[in-house]
Amino acid sequence: MKARAFSYARPSTVMEALETFADAGEDASYVAGGQSLVPALALRLQAPQLLIDIAHIEALRGVELQGGWLRIGALTRHCEVLTDPLIARHAPLYHAAAPHVAHPAIRNRGTIGGSISHSDPASEFPAMTLAMGAELELVSRTGTRRVAADDFFIDLFQTAIEPGELLVAIHVPVIRPGHRWAFHEFARRRGDYALVGCGVLAEFSDGLIEQARIVFFSVGNTPLRARQAEQCLIGKRLDEAAVAAAQALVGGDLDPPEDEHVPPAMKRHLARVLLGRLLGQIMRQDS
Amino acid sequence: MSEPINVSMTVNGSRVSCGVEPRSTLADFLRQTLALTGTHTGCEMGVCGACLVVVDGRVVHSCLMFAVQAGGSVIETVEGLTERAAIADLQDAFHLRNALQCGFCTPGMLMTAYSLLSQPGIPTRDEIRDALSGNYCRCTGYEAIVDAIENVARDRDAASIAQTREEAGA
Ligand SMILES: Cc1cc2nc3c(=O)[nH]c(=O)nc-3n(C[C@H](O)[C@H](O)[C@H](O)COP(=O)(O)OP(=O)(O)OC[C@H]3O[C@@H](n4cnc5c(N)ncnc54)[C@H](O)[C@@H]3O)c2cc1C
Ligand code: FES
Ligand code: FES
Repeated sequence: MKARAFSYARPSTVMEALETFADAGEDASYVAGGQSLVPALALRLQAPQLLIDIAHIEALRGVELQGGWLRIGALTRHCEVLTDPLIARHAPLYHAAAPHVAHPAIRNRGTIGGSISHSDPASEFPAMTLAMGAELELVSRTGTRRVAADDFFIDLFQTAIEPGELLVAIHVPVIRPGHRWAFHEFARRRGDYALVGCGVLAEFSDGLIEQARIVFFSVGNTPLRARQAEQCLIGKRLDEAAVAAAQALVGGDLDPPEDEHVPPAMKRHLARVLLGRLLGQIMRQDS
Repeated sequence: MSEPINVSMTVNGSRVSCGVEPRSTLADFLRQTLALTGTHTGCEMGVCGACLVVVDGRVVHSCLMFAVQAGGSVIETVEGLTERAAIADLQDAFHLRNALQCGFCTPGMLMTAYSLLSQPGIPTRDEIRDALSGNYCRCTGYEAIVDAIENVARDRDAASIAQTREEAGA
């Protein structure tokens, strides 16, 4: 299948991109790596009149530490997320998830900003954005705003990004000494979208869990925090009883949609198994 | 709208400059305009890996990129790798090990192998399979492809060790 005809613009600054979008009305689309958008155009799920290629805007690049935050430019490619030492150290859940995001050639072009803007419910990076409590820097013609991950993922393929707005960078609060984390997913083959996936970030103080963020993906319209499971861990030592208690609650936290191949009961079961393994991993890291 | 745009890029070492319709993928541009038909198109949605090419040093799907997005880039196709003998050993190994039957997937397989083996060290069979996770083959069952790539990885490693010894001894 071939894309419908469109015209093409390649702005070199953020302002130029925003102006180009505004002039075109809402029938324009930004393209970054194109690894979600181009297949959608080829299948004619989308047919914008104008494609605005943001891949050459310098301000959307780069990874750097800014105080207690790691700033990751939206154009950072999946393959760079895999190898960047700052991301491995300060935003480790992205690093852990990266080998599971698609196949090598797609990772060579796909960008983290594109993945988060697209917000496929089975995608790893949106979920890890939520697990690490990151903030999304958005820019429009009226200015810049920062949206917390907890308020960013709204519904299926729907985020807080307004039409014409650009995701400039992701700001991740850096890992602190008391933090422990773990990531895993079940997929049919390496690189396929996950059947169920999960990332956990827990903060310990004097051996007790002070904060926990448990985020599942591929179990609903958006990445989902398992709030009851998180709550039951607070103030506890992470031992087998605590793990079992969290596992018992996680089924109620999730609401997987009907799916002919992976029914909700199976997704809940896989989520329980996954949570047990990840908390087990963290328990062993701690000792 | 959607009038042809003039794009310039380097393809297999030659400068190319011509008008392209924005909706033309890089794969269609290479095959139809430049007659470089070694790059194959199967699914045209990023799933089969038959269309892989090197863009600015990285292997990517030419079906998931419009030619206009490649303006200013340096492209190498399977023809380019063949001409500069960058994959001659891989091609021999595929032939010897019967790692192709119809050959439709082969350019993409060679691209993935080229990229994997340009990293240092000998990949394990699992790593080779991981690297091939985005390449479909409907004929061989993959085992022979993994064998061929593994053999070349070993041979290249042995050759580089021999060369290091020779240099140290000289
Ligand atoms: C075969 C295949 C398998 C895949 N498997 C996986 C997988 O297992 N896991 C996974 O997570 N992904 C997977 N992907 C998707 C891949 O990760 C994409 O790279 C990613 O979802 C989109 O990033 P991109 O840069 O290519 O975005 P694009 O395709 O360029 O854009 C996607 C959308 O986001 C918008 N957008 C992009 N950047 C910005 C920005 N900075 N600001 C505002 N809007 C923006 C675009 O307008 C578009 O609507 C797969 C893709 C393919 C083809
Ligand atoms: S034709 Fe590009 S991946 Fe199938
Ligand atoms: S040899 Fe026929 S598809 Fe691989």
